Amino acid sequence: MATDVATTSLNLDHRKLAMWTFLGSEFLLFGALVASYLLYLDTTAGGPGVEIYDIPFTSISSFVLLMSSLTMVLAHHAHTKGDMRRMRLWILATVGQGAVFLGGQVFEFNVFVREGLTLGTSPFSSAFYVTTGFHGLHVFVGILLLSSLYVLSLTGKVKPSQHVKTEIIGLYWHFVDIVWVIIFTVVYLIPEIAALD
Amino acid sequence: MTSTDAPDQTGSTGHAHPTPKQYVNIAIVLAILTALEVSTYFLDFGVIAIPLLVVLMVVKFLYVAGWFMHLKFDSPIYSRLMYTGLAFALVLYAIMAIVTLFDHAPMI
Repeated sequence: MATDVATTSLNLDHRKLAMWTFLGSEFLLFGALVASYLLYLDTTAGGPGVEIYDIPFTSISSFVLLMSSLTMVLAHHAHTKGDMRRMRLWILATVGQGAVFLGGQVFEFNVFVREGLTLGTSPFSSAFYVTTGFHGLHVFVGILLLSSLYVLSLTGKVKPSQHVKTEIIGLYWHFVDIVWVIIFTVVYLIPEIAALD
Repeated sequence: MTSTDAPDQTGSTGHAHPTPKQYVNIAIVLAILTALEVSTYFLDFGVIAIPLLVVLMVVKFLYVAGWFMHLKFDSPIYSRLMYTGLAFALVLYAIMAIVTLFDHAPMI
Protein backbone atom coordinates (compact mmCIF):
# COMPACT_ATOMS: atom_id res chain seq x y z
CA MET A 1 0.00 0.00 0.00
CA ALA A 2 1.20 3.46 -0.89
CA THR A 3 0.53 4.88 2.56
CA ASP A 4 2.54 2.12 4.25
CA VAL A 5 5.46 2.77 1.93
CA ALA A 6 5.41 6.53 2.20
CA THR A 7 4.71 7.23 5.86
CA THR A 8 6.35 6.51 9.20
CA SER A 9 4.69 5.58 12.51
CA LEU A 10 4.69 9.33 13.20
CA ASN A 11 2.35 9.67 10.19
CA LEU A 12 5.03 11.67 8.41
CA ASP A 13 6.49 11.06 4.97
CA HIS A 14 9.67 9.07 5.62
CA ARG A 15 11.55 10.76 2.76
CA LYS A 16 10.81 14.21 4.16
CA LEU A 17 11.72 13.08 7.67
CA ALA A 18 15.01 11.69 6.33
CA MET A 19 15.78 14.97 4.55
CA TRP A 20 15.08 16.99 7.72
CA THR A 21 17.32 14.65 9.76
CA PHE A 22 20.06 15.10 7.15
CA LEU A 23 19.64 18.89 7.18
CA GLY A 24 19.79 18.92 10.99
CA SER A 25 23.13 17.11 10.80
CA GLU A 26 24.31 19.51 8.08
CA PHE A 27 23.94 22.37 10.55
CA LEU A 28 26.64 20.68 12.61
CA LEU A 29 28.99 20.58 9.61
CA PHE A 30 28.50 24.25 8.80
CA GLY A 31 28.51 25.14 12.51
CA ALA A 32 31.98 23.60 12.79
CA LEU A 33 33.21 25.37 9.64
CA VAL A 34 31.90 28.80 10.68
CA ALA A 35 33.26 28.28 14.22
CA SER A 36 36.73 27.49 12.80
CA TYR A 37 36.55 30.57 10.59
CA LEU A 38 35.68 32.83 13.53
CA LEU A 39 38.43 31.38 15.67
CA TYR A 40 41.06 31.86 12.92
CA LEU A 41 39.82 35.30 11.86
CA ASP A 42 42.95 37.13 13.07
CA THR A 43 45.52 34.54 12.02
CA THR A 44 46.37 36.00 8.61
CA ALA A 45 50.12 35.24 8.86
CA GLY A 46 50.96 38.53 7.14
CA GLY A 47 48.65 37.74 4.19
CA PRO A 48 45.41 39.47 3.22
CA GLY A 49 42.61 39.56 5.78
CA VAL A 50 38.93 40.48 5.69
CA GLU A 51 39.70 43.80 3.95
CA ILE A 52 40.03 41.79 0.73
CA TYR A 53 36.26 41.15 0.61
CA ASP A 54 34.21 42.92 -2.04
CA ILE A 55 30.97 43.43 -0.08
CA PRO A 56 28.95 45.06 -2.92
CA PHE A 57 29.77 42.11 -5.22
CA THR A 58 28.97 39.47 -2.56
CA SER A 59 25.76 41.35 -1.69
CA ILE A 60 24.51 40.95 -5.24
CA SER A 61 25.25 37.21 -5.36
CA SER A 62 23.64 36.82 -1.91
CA PHE A 63 20.53 38.58 -3.20
CA VAL A 64 20.42 36.29 -6.25
CA LEU A 65 20.63 33.18 -4.03
CA LEU A 66 17.95 34.54 -1.70
CA MET A 67 15.60 35.13 -4.62
CA SER A 68 16.25 31.61 -5.91
CA SER A 69 14.41 30.41 -2.80
CA LEU A 70 11.33 32.25 -4.08
CA THR A 71 11.48 30.57 -7.50
CA MET A 72 12.07 27.20 -5.77
CA VAL A 73 9.01 27.54 -3.57
CA LEU A 74 6.96 28.66 -6.59
CA ALA A 75 8.12 25.52 -8.43
CA HIS A 76 6.89 23.41 -5.54
CA HIS A 77 3.60 25.30 -5.44
CA ALA A 78 3.10 24.76 -9.21
CA HIS A 79 3.83 21.02 -8.72
CA THR A 80 1.23 20.73 -5.93
CA LYS A 81 -1.29 22.22 -8.40
CA GLY A 82 -0.20 19.70 -11.06
CA ASP A 83 1.06 22.48 -13.35
CA MET A 84 4.23 20.72 -14.56
CA ARG A 85 5.03 23.26 -17.29
CA ARG A 86 5.16 26.12 -14.79
CA MET A 87 6.98 23.92 -12.28
CA ARG A 88 9.73 23.25 -14.84
CA LEU A 89 9.94 26.95 -15.67
CA TRP A 90 10.52 27.87 -12.01
CA ILE A 91 13.03 25.02 -11.64
CA LEU A 92 14.99 26.42 -14.61
CA ALA A 93 14.91 29.88 -13.03
CA THR A 94 16.24 28.43 -9.77
CA VAL A 95 19.02 26.56 -11.58
CA GLY A 96 19.93 29.77 -13.44
CA GLN A 97 20.16 31.78 -10.23
CA GLY A 98 22.19 29.03 -8.56
CA ALA A 99 24.58 29.05 -11.54
CA VAL A 100 24.92 32.86 -11.30
CA PHE A 101 25.76 32.54 -7.59
CA LEU A 102 28.30 29.78 -8.26
CA GLY A 103 29.86 31.74 -11.13
CA GLY A 104 30.18 34.72 -8.80
CA GLN A 105 31.94 32.57 -6.22
CA VAL A 106 34.40 31.20 -8.79
CA PHE A 107 35.11 34.78 -9.95
CA GLU A 108 35.58 35.94 -6.34
CA PHE A 109 37.98 33.07 -5.56
CA ASN A 110 40.00 33.91 -8.71
CA VAL A 111 40.31 37.54 -7.68
CA PHE A 112 41.37 36.58 -4.15
CA VAL A 113 44.01 34.13 -5.40
CA ARG A 114 45.43 36.81 -7.73
CA GLU A 115 45.61 39.16 -4.73
CA GLY A 116 47.59 36.61 -2.72
CA LEU A 117 44.88 34.86 -0.68
CA THR A 118 45.36 31.18 -1.48
CA LEU A 119 44.17 28.11 0.42
CA GLY A 120 47.56 27.78 2.11
CA THR A 121 48.30 31.45 2.81
CA SER A 122 47.14 31.38 6.43
CA PRO A 123 44.76 29.62 8.84
CA PHE A 124 42.33 32.46 8.05
CA SER A 125 42.45 31.82 4.29
CA SER A 126 42.08 28.04 4.76
CA ALA A 127 39.05 28.53 7.02
CA PHE A 128 37.53 31.02 4.56
CA TYR A 129 37.96 28.81 1.48
CA VAL A 130 36.82 25.63 3.21
CA THR A 131 33.68 27.29 4.68
CA THR A 132 32.58 29.12 1.52
CA GLY A 133 33.87 26.33 -0.76
CA PHE A 134 31.80 23.69 1.05
CA HIS A 135 28.78 25.93 0.68
CA GLY A 136 29.54 26.31 -3.05
CA LEU A 137 29.76 22.52 -3.31
CA HIS A 138 26.29 22.28 -1.76
CA VAL A 139 24.96 24.78 -4.30
CA PHE A 140 26.51 22.66 -7.07
CA VAL A 141 24.83 19.49 -5.70
CA GLY A 142 21.55 21.44 -5.51
CA ILE A 143 21.89 22.43 -9.17
CA LEU A 144 22.48 18.77 -10.09
CA LEU A 145 19.40 17.69 -8.11
CA LEU A 146 17.22 20.38 -9.69
CA SER A 147 18.49 19.55 -13.18
CA SER A 148 17.70 15.85 -12.58
CA LEU A 149 14.22 16.80 -11.38
CA TYR A 150 13.73 18.90 -14.54
CA VAL A 151 14.78 16.03 -16.84
CA LEU A 152 12.78 13.42 -14.91
CA SER A 153 9.63 15.54 -15.05
CA LEU A 154 10.13 16.06 -18.80
CA THR A 155 10.38 12.30 -19.36
CA GLY A 156 7.35 11.66 -17.14
CA LYS A 157 9.31 9.87 -14.40
CA VAL A 158 8.21 12.53 -11.92
CA LYS A 159 4.44 12.73 -12.04
CA PRO A 160 2.13 15.62 -11.08
CA SER A 161 1.03 13.63 -7.99
CA GLN A 162 4.63 13.27 -6.73
CA HIS A 163 5.12 16.82 -5.48
CA VAL A 164 6.99 15.63 -2.37
CA LYS A 165 9.98 15.01 -4.64
CA THR A 166 10.07 18.70 -5.54
CA GLU A 167 9.45 19.60 -1.89
CA ILE A 168 12.40 17.49 -0.68
CA ILE A 169 14.82 18.97 -3.24
CA GLY A 170 13.34 22.36 -2.35
CA LEU A 171 14.12 21.79 1.33
CA TYR A 172 17.75 21.11 0.41
CA TRP A 173 17.84 24.25 -1.74
CA HIS A 174 16.32 26.44 0.99
CA PHE A 175 18.84 25.00 3.44
CA VAL A 176 21.66 26.06 1.13
CA ASP A 177 20.10 29.53 1.06
CA ILE A 178 19.61 29.70 4.83
CA VAL A 179 23.25 28.70 5.42
CA TRP A 180 24.34 31.51 3.10
CA VAL A 181 22.20 33.95 5.12
CA ILE A 182 24.41 33.01 8.10
CA ILE A 183 27.69 32.96 6.12
CA PHE A 184 27.03 36.33 4.47
CA THR A 185 26.51 37.98 7.87
CA VAL A 186 29.02 36.10 10.04
CA VAL A 187 31.83 35.48 7.52
CA TYR A 188 31.62 38.62 5.38
CA LEU A 189 29.67 41.53 6.90
CA ILE A 190 30.42 41.44 10.64
CA PRO A 191 34.23 40.95 10.33
CA GLU A 192 34.41 43.60 7.58
CA ILE A 193 32.43 46.14 9.64
CA ALA A 194 34.44 45.29 12.78
CA ALA A 195 37.66 45.86 10.77
CA LEU A 196 36.41 49.23 9.51
CA ASP A 197 35.70 50.47 13.06
CA MET B 1 2.91 -0.46 -5.63
CA THR B 2 6.46 0.78 -5.20
CA SER B 3 7.54 3.92 -3.46
CA THR B 4 8.25 5.55 -6.86
CA ASP B 5 4.72 4.87 -8.12
CA ALA B 6 3.04 5.91 -4.91
CA PRO B 7 1.28 9.26 -4.79
CA ASP B 8 3.17 11.66 -2.53
CA GLN B 9 2.01 12.09 1.03
CA THR B 10 2.42 15.55 2.46
CA GLY B 11 3.03 14.30 5.97
CA SER B 12 1.61 17.56 7.17
CA THR B 13 -1.22 18.38 9.49
CA GLY B 14 -3.78 19.04 6.78
CA HIS B 15 -2.96 22.74 6.57
CA ALA B 16 -3.17 25.01 3.57
CA HIS B 17 0.19 26.18 2.21
CA PRO B 18 0.69 29.89 1.45
CA THR B 19 -0.33 31.35 -1.90
CA PRO B 20 2.21 32.54 -4.55
CA LYS B 21 1.30 36.14 -3.65
CA GLN B 22 2.27 35.47 -0.01
CA TYR B 23 5.56 33.93 -1.15
CA VAL B 24 6.30 37.02 -3.25
CA ASN B 25 5.49 39.27 -0.27
CA ILE B 26 7.92 37.28 1.90
CA ALA B 27 10.59 37.61 -0.82
CA ILE B 28 10.03 41.40 -0.86
CA VAL B 29 10.48 41.51 2.94
CA LEU B 30 13.68 39.43 2.60
CA ALA B 31 14.97 41.78 -0.12
CA ILE B 32 14.33 44.83 2.11
CA LEU B 33 16.08 43.14 5.06
CA THR B 34 19.07 42.30 2.82
CA ALA B 35 19.25 45.92 1.63
CA LEU B 36 19.25 47.02 5.28
CA GLU B 37 22.06 44.54 6.02
CA VAL B 38 24.17 45.82 3.13
CA SER B 39 23.53 49.44 4.15
CA THR B 40 25.48 48.81 7.38
CA TYR B 41 28.59 48.54 5.19
CA PHE B 42 28.02 51.90 3.50
CA LEU B 43 26.52 53.88 6.39
CA ASP B 44 27.90 54.33 9.88
CA PHE B 45 25.52 52.64 12.30
CA GLY B 46 28.00 52.91 15.19
CA VAL B 47 27.77 50.39 18.01
CA ILE B 48 24.40 49.05 16.90
CA ALA B 49 25.74 47.81 13.52
CA ILE B 50 26.76 44.31 14.65
CA PRO B 51 23.73 43.63 16.92
CA LEU B 52 21.52 44.90 14.08
CA LEU B 53 23.19 42.49 11.62
CA VAL B 54 22.67 39.57 14.00
CA VAL B 55 18.98 40.45 14.44
CA LEU B 56 18.49 40.81 10.67
CA MET B 57 20.21 37.46 10.09
CA VAL B 58 17.94 35.72 12.62
CA VAL B 59 14.80 37.34 11.14
CA LYS B 60 15.80 36.31 7.59
CA PHE B 61 16.59 32.80 8.82
CA LEU B 62 13.17 32.50 10.49
CA TYR B 63 11.35 33.83 7.42
CA VAL B 64 13.04 31.35 5.04
CA ALA B 65 12.66 28.42 7.45
CA GLY B 66 9.09 29.29 8.45
CA TRP B 67 7.59 30.22 5.08
CA PHE B 68 9.73 28.76 2.29
CA MET B 69 10.62 25.54 4.18
CA HIS B 70 7.05 25.43 5.57
CA LEU B 71 8.14 24.90 9.18
CA LYS B 72 5.44 27.36 10.24
CA PHE B 73 2.81 25.03 8.77
CA ASP B 74 4.35 21.54 8.96
CA SER B 75 4.72 19.04 11.77
CA PRO B 76 6.74 20.47 14.73
CA ILE B 77 8.98 17.38 14.52
CA TYR B 78 10.73 18.91 11.49
CA SER B 79 11.37 22.12 13.43
CA ARG B 80 12.79 20.13 16.35
CA LEU B 81 15.16 18.27 14.02
CA MET B 82 16.45 21.50 12.51
CA TYR B 83 16.78 23.44 15.76
CA THR B 84 18.48 20.48 17.47
CA GLY B 85 21.16 20.52 14.76
CA LEU B 86 21.46 24.28 15.10
CA ALA B 87 21.71 24.07 18.91
CA PHE B 88 24.47 21.45 18.62
CA ALA B 89 26.31 23.73 16.16
CA LEU B 90 26.16 26.62 18.66
CA VAL B 91 27.34 24.36 21.50
CA LEU B 92 30.23 23.23 19.28
CA TYR B 93 31.20 26.86 18.65
CA ALA B 94 31.00 27.66 22.37
CA ILE B 95 33.26 24.70 23.22
CA MET B 96 35.80 25.72 20.56
CA ALA B 97 35.72 29.34 21.76
CA ILE B 98 36.31 28.29 25.38
CA VAL B 99 39.15 25.92 24.43
CA THR B 100 40.79 28.65 22.33
CA LEU B 101 40.38 31.17 25.14
CA PHE B 102 42.23 28.87 27.54
CA ASP B 103 44.89 28.14 24.89
CA HIS B 104 45.68 31.85 24.69
CA ALA B 105 45.31 32.60 28.39
CA PRO B 106 48.54 33.82 30.04
CA MET B 107 50.25 31.16 32.17
CA ILE B 108 50.46 32.05 35.85
